[in-house]
Amino acid sequence: MSIEMTLQRAPDRPAQPSDVEIAARRDPRAEPTVVRIALITLAIGFLSVFVVLPLVVVFVEAFGKGISAYLSALADPEAWSAIRLTLGVAAVSVGTNLVFGLAAAWAIAKFDFPGKTVLITLIDLPFSVSPVISGLVFVLLFGAQGFFGPWLQSHGLQILFAFPGIALATVFVTFPFVARALIPLMQEQGTQEEEAAISLGASGLQTFFRVTLPNIKWGVLYGVLLCNARAMGEFGAVSVVSGHIRGETNTMPLLVEILYNEYQMVASFAIASLLAMLALITLVAKTILERNIDEDLPHDH
Amino acid sequence: MTIEARGVVKTFGTFKALDGVDLKVANGELLALLGPSGSGKTTLLRIIAGLEWPDAGEILFDGENALDRGARERHVGFVFQHYALFRHMSVFENVAFGLRVQPRRIRKSEAQIRARVKELLDLVQLDWLADRYPSQLSGGQRQRIALARALAIEPRILLLDEPFGALDAKVRKELRQWLRTLHHSINVTSIFVTHDQEEALEVAHRVVVMDKGRIEQVGSPNDVYDAPATAFVHGFIGESIMLPVEVSGGAVHLNGRPLDLAAPGDTAGASTLFVRRHDMVIGPADSGTLHGAIIHVRSFGPVQRAEIALTEGSTIEIDAPRDRELKIGDRIGLKPRHYRIFASG
Repeated sequence: MSIEMTLQRAPDRPAQPSDVEIAARRDPRAEPTVVRIALITLAIGFLSVFVVLPLVVVFVEAFGKGISAYLSALADPEAWSAIRLTLGVAAVSVGTNLVFGLAAAWAIAKFDFPGKTVLITLIDLPFSVSPVISGLVFVLLFGAQGFFGPWLQSHGLQILFAFPGIALATVFVTFPFVARALIPLMQEQGTQEEEAAISLGASGLQTFFRVTLPNIKWGVLYGVLLCNARAMGEFGAVSVVSGHIRGETNTMPLLVEILYNEYQMVASFAIASLLAMLALITLVAKTILERNIDEDLPHDH
Repeated sequence: MTIEARGVVKTFGTFKALDGVDLKVANGELLALLGPSGSGKTTLLRIIAGLEWPDAGEILFDGENALDRGARERHVGFVFQHYALFRHMSVFENVAFGLRVQPRRIRKSEAQIRARVKELLDLVQLDWLADRYPSQLSGGQRQRIALARALAIEPRILLLDEPFGALDAKVRKELRQWLRTLHHSINVTSIFVTHDQEEALEVAHRVVVMDKGRIEQVGSPNDVYDAPATAFVHGFIGESIMLPVEVSGGAVHLNGRPLDLAAPGDTAGASTLFVRRHDMVIGPADSGTLHGAIIHVRSFGPVQRAEIALTEGSTIEIDAPRDRELKIGDRIGLKPRHYRIFASG
């Protein structure tokens, strides 16, 4: 008797459920429209203020006095020198880290050896250390009062406040990128294809160039792309070791700051616009590469 | 080519994968390495291929020390369990790989390579897939391409690691037959690893049963099934009833009660009685040497399987023909047609 009573009292809800309720019942992941609109607005609003707006400002300032002012700012010898230096440093960093990254990823993914976890942790070091510290390390090593300083001076070698120092600092800051892109990919792929190649009579070099490298080519490009973007954009570490010699040791990011501090808005933002374009191109290329990396991953069955 | 392993030992850390293995494989033979996972069968195969190095022992090819040569120089065709096809190469280039990486002085011309690849694709009946990529093939097709690739270098030995392990049941059966026929036509000394006894017994000329890094028995499929050499082989191959018995002076006791069975002369103490399920003859309750009541009956295929609670305490499963009438609750007597007794431990 009491059970019946409870049952009769229970349905206190409207007899007809609303459309929203029906939709929610059919798709358990669906959120109410209000929530969806709020989330999307928040995300777009945030991106507009922190990403799109600054980008627009860079280009507006750069072209603020017309195209000819923009072009002549870029044609300035000091700007040219910065562009050349940046390209040179990026080339050295990408080249060095490509070799290092391939070697490290190969060792970590395909072999077991003592200290492997330590190596993996060390590869991430530049991500966790402030770039300024990374630069300071090289000052302490190669500076006049530094560890190698006296020896370098007596042999007339200039590392700090010159191309080698800037390149070293940039290599240090960017070395995780290629290795990081390749380690998971190579671990996923395993060593069976290499074993198959060797049992078919291939030499070590043939195995590497015909089997291993083609399997990771998209991963390599991905790593190189991110490494390059960071190498060209690095400020902190380079700022410490550069010495800011005008027309000689200023990279593009350093020049942007110097010009800005001198109120040369067009020149400063013209260089900045080049870096911004690099970022946009990197972004597009990254999306394309990420799609291709999926093809490199093993698909079983 | 003959293959011989002498006293091969291999440990991975503290795990002893191979614990002194001796084996001779005759020229042109098709041999199966059969055992549960962790029995060392794949390790032995990889050591023969040179993909793994033994801690001790010898590997001889035609009487010559194979350990003088690395995997590259052994001229062994290896088919991997997960095929290991080169994913960025077409089927054609996969098969051609072994020919293209040969040193220049012995490398075939492009035309010869094309002809050879065509011939191999015909052999595995997949010439129409030459331009596809491995990801576009079914499991069975990948397996056959992996085999064609291994055969391209005209190997002196063919090694197959769980060749059908990753395939579904129907394809497995088709490929078994096909492998036998293929082996017959190319006649290369071949060893394949499997954990599937049916596959080993159906395909191989001889079967090597392994457990815990040791060889338990080597023999023809009939030998290992009809005359298992050890308790492990009896339990692993075919389905067996196992009963713990006590042997003293040739007499067999189950839970203290004597059975009308004779133990082989050298067995004594705690032992195990092995009987194939279909080797139990069912009779009236007062006949036979084991007695019990039927507690469950299931029928499938040509047999029915009855679960029987023995008066001695254990429960066993036996197979009987479908036309034998069995009812739950019936009291019956059982007598093994064939049986074996192995000392425990």
